[in-house]
Amino acid sequence: MSSETVEKVAQKPGGKFKQALIGFLTAHMVTIMFVLLSLLALYLSGMNATLYLNDIISRVSRNSFLVLALIIPVVAGMGLNFAIVLGAMAAQAVIIFVTHWGVGGFAGILLSMALVTPLGIFLGYLTGKLLNRTKGQEMITGLILGFFAAGIYWFIFLQLVGGFIPMDNEVLVLSSGVGIRTTVDLSGGLRYGLDDVWRLSLPVVMLLFGAIFASIQGFSYLKSERQGESKSRFYYGIVIALAAAAGGIFLIGSGSLINNITVPAGTWIAIGLLCLFINFFTRTKMGQDMRSVGQDRHVAAVSGIPVDKIRIIAIIMSTVLAGWGHIIFLQNMGAFSTYGSYEQIGFYAIAAILIGGATVTKATIGQALLGVFLFHTLFIVAPAAGRETFGDAQIGEYFRVFVAYGVIGLTLAMHAWKVRLQSQQKLGR
Amino acid sequence: MLELLKRFYASFGLPRLIILGFFIILNIMAIVLEVNFPELVSASMVRIAMNGVLVLAILPSIACGTGPNFGVSLGILCGLVGGLIAMELRLDGYTNFFMAIVFSMPFAVAVGLGYGWLMNKVKGSEMMFALFIGWSAVSLMKIFWLVAPFDNPEMAWPIGSGVRVTISLVNRELAQLLNQTWSFSVAGITFPTGLILFFLFCCFLVWLFMRSKTGIAMLAAGDNPRFAEAAGINVDRQRIYGTIISTMLGAVGILVYAQSFGFFQLYEGPHFMPMIAVAAILIGGASIKKASIANVIIGVILFQGILVVAMPVFNIFTQDMASMAEISRVIIQNGIILYALTQVVSGRD
Repeated sequence: MSSETVEKVAQKPGGKFKQALIGFLTAHMVTIMFVLLSLLALYLSGMNATLYLNDIISRVSRNSFLVLALIIPVVAGMGLNFAIVLGAMAAQAVIIFVTHWGVGGFAGILLSMALVTPLGIFLGYLTGKLLNRTKGQEMITGLILGFFAAGIYWFIFLQLVGGFIPMDNEVLVLSSGVGIRTTVDLSGGLRYGLDDVWRLSLPVVMLLFGAIFASIQGFSYLKSERQGESKSRFYYGIVIALAAAAGGIFLIGSGSLINNITVPAGTWIAIGLLCLFINFFTRTKMGQDMRSVGQDRHVAAVSGIPVDKIRIIAIIMSTVLAGWGHIIFLQNMGAFSTYGSYEQIGFYAIAAILIGGATVTKATIGQALLGVFLFHTLFIVAPAAGRETFGDAQIGEYFRVFVAYGVIGLTLAMHAWKVRLQSQQKLGR
Repeated sequence: MLELLKRFYASFGLPRLIILGFFIILNIMAIVLEVNFPELVSASMVRIAMNGVLVLAILPSIACGTGPNFGVSLGILCGLVGGLIAMELRLDGYTNFFMAIVFSMPFAVAVGLGYGWLMNKVKGSEMMFALFIGWSAVSLMKIFWLVAPFDNPEMAWPIGSGVRVTISLVNRELAQLLNQTWSFSVAGITFPTGLILFFLFCCFLVWLFMRSKTGIAMLAAGDNPRFAEAAGINVDRQRIYGTIISTMLGAVGILVYAQSFGFFQLYEGPHFMPMIAVAAILIGGASIKKASIANVIIGVILFQGILVVAMPVFNIFTQDMASMAEISRVIIQNGIILYALTQVVSGRD
């Protein structure tokens, strides 16, 4: 249904406003539903703005990197990479050892990232090999692979570490001498290793961001005027950026509590660099090959692209990025559950990117960031909304888990349905 | 002879050989290490028969062509609702057990119908969709359990609304009801006769159904949808029938499981049950496209057998035996599903 409407609108670029609106609504159904749901929950929760802003900033900064790690496999036509869980496990394994060696702070973060890279490449290579044997079912394979790998991870860290793999550390190892404790505390070690490199208050960041973004847009505007392109799209960007900058100045002047909220600028720079990298990568030869593989494997193979190799590279990149992303996630959390932290990573990251409007075949940086923001807004306000409305915060907590699974199920169903409709249309013609 | 062995190896597959070998080694070790063997056999039989119906529930969905039913938790949830209604009416013993099945059936049929309809809309990614619809249903039902309007003190929270996380069945004379029916002991081995008979009876019913007109049409639809369509079979309808039967068996399965276990497990309980059931039928030799009653019985014996025997054997080698048994379960369960996935797709693409 949705695809037909979208096509109709696309066929008539000068179509009526109503048609364009319907097209927009159907194409962005999940995102719009979610915006409404979040606003409703935000209203019901009666949460105060400072508290919410503080929470959402730390959640967005710790989750964005992981969600961005999902984009490259989507481009390569492998769907949503549930196997990023393997990258997360690699990160936890590395962090356990780095904590054991007592390397903390920014040095510890750099060491962890350096160590997780070869491990991620290795795991990504194996995952890619497996996914090449299950073409068309990559997502469920990745999902089950995550559970399978969890078994091996447990075996290593419950049965081998302390015995077969020597580790003499009272804090980390269970009192029996074998196996890592169920929670690993990073305070005094890796905690805030990246976040604390450079912290700025929120209004300052708004001002800086607004100024930089406005100048970039202004520059592109001037450039495009020379080339005689349509320039209306730059107006919105400039207006939004200037509004952000003005808001920043106003907040600094007002002396409100929001000035106390800090932004981990180091982490945001890392996220920004990843965005730039993805943007750059998709324009390279390799990125273009990946895109052709994603559009049609067989056509790509005929035109001489090594399909299997490209797919393995896509998964390796995703796994390594997920490893780095999980390090960023954990240094912000400050502690993690040894045998569980990685498990929800895949589901929540995927739910977030889908909520941002991504599908199984298309995902952009903008969708990833918007999705993280919306999904975690609901995460913050749902328990409070449940408590205020039903007198039970548990209801809100169950509801947000339901939403995560439900959104993934819904998007998968809509995608499968669309593919079927398209193939039927092909047959009909 | 060598040719025959090779062919057997090709159809049986390396992972199944490893699992079978692991099972045999565990049993030899159990005997050598002088673990109480009769007790192990008794426990194995209980575990095998109590999980049997849940594994059987996977069969119709494979047979009708929707692939292993990762969403059998929908049926499990229907069964739990039926069970709670029977508890709420304060029924005892067999009345409770059979009325629970009766109460759960309308839910199972309605849910199976809708679920089957959806499965027809998502052809090609049924397994993934089934997993997520199952998981979202489990988490949605968590909210229902929290607000469920039951007031039998055996299951309601003392304050406020909702039902407990685990509900004991002892007071309703329901715990081990089937297990103890006609049970007898020979040489220290206790046979849970009623439980085994109930499982075999369910198998027999499914076997019978597969030989009925509808059953044959369903098998045809699952085996080769295009051919079946050409022969005048409504493939989509057969897939819906298969899904409904699978959901119904899931409901019966959880009631059988719960009476032997002695508790209803709500909330997080049904979350991973489908994967255990799917793994069992795959271990028994089923593929994503083809399964038989024999696969169900062999699979559940092997998988549950390993889980029972592994515990005391690991106990001798490691202090942390519970986690070691859990680790081997996770690796076997997900390993066999991965293996099955690689088999089906490499044959097609």
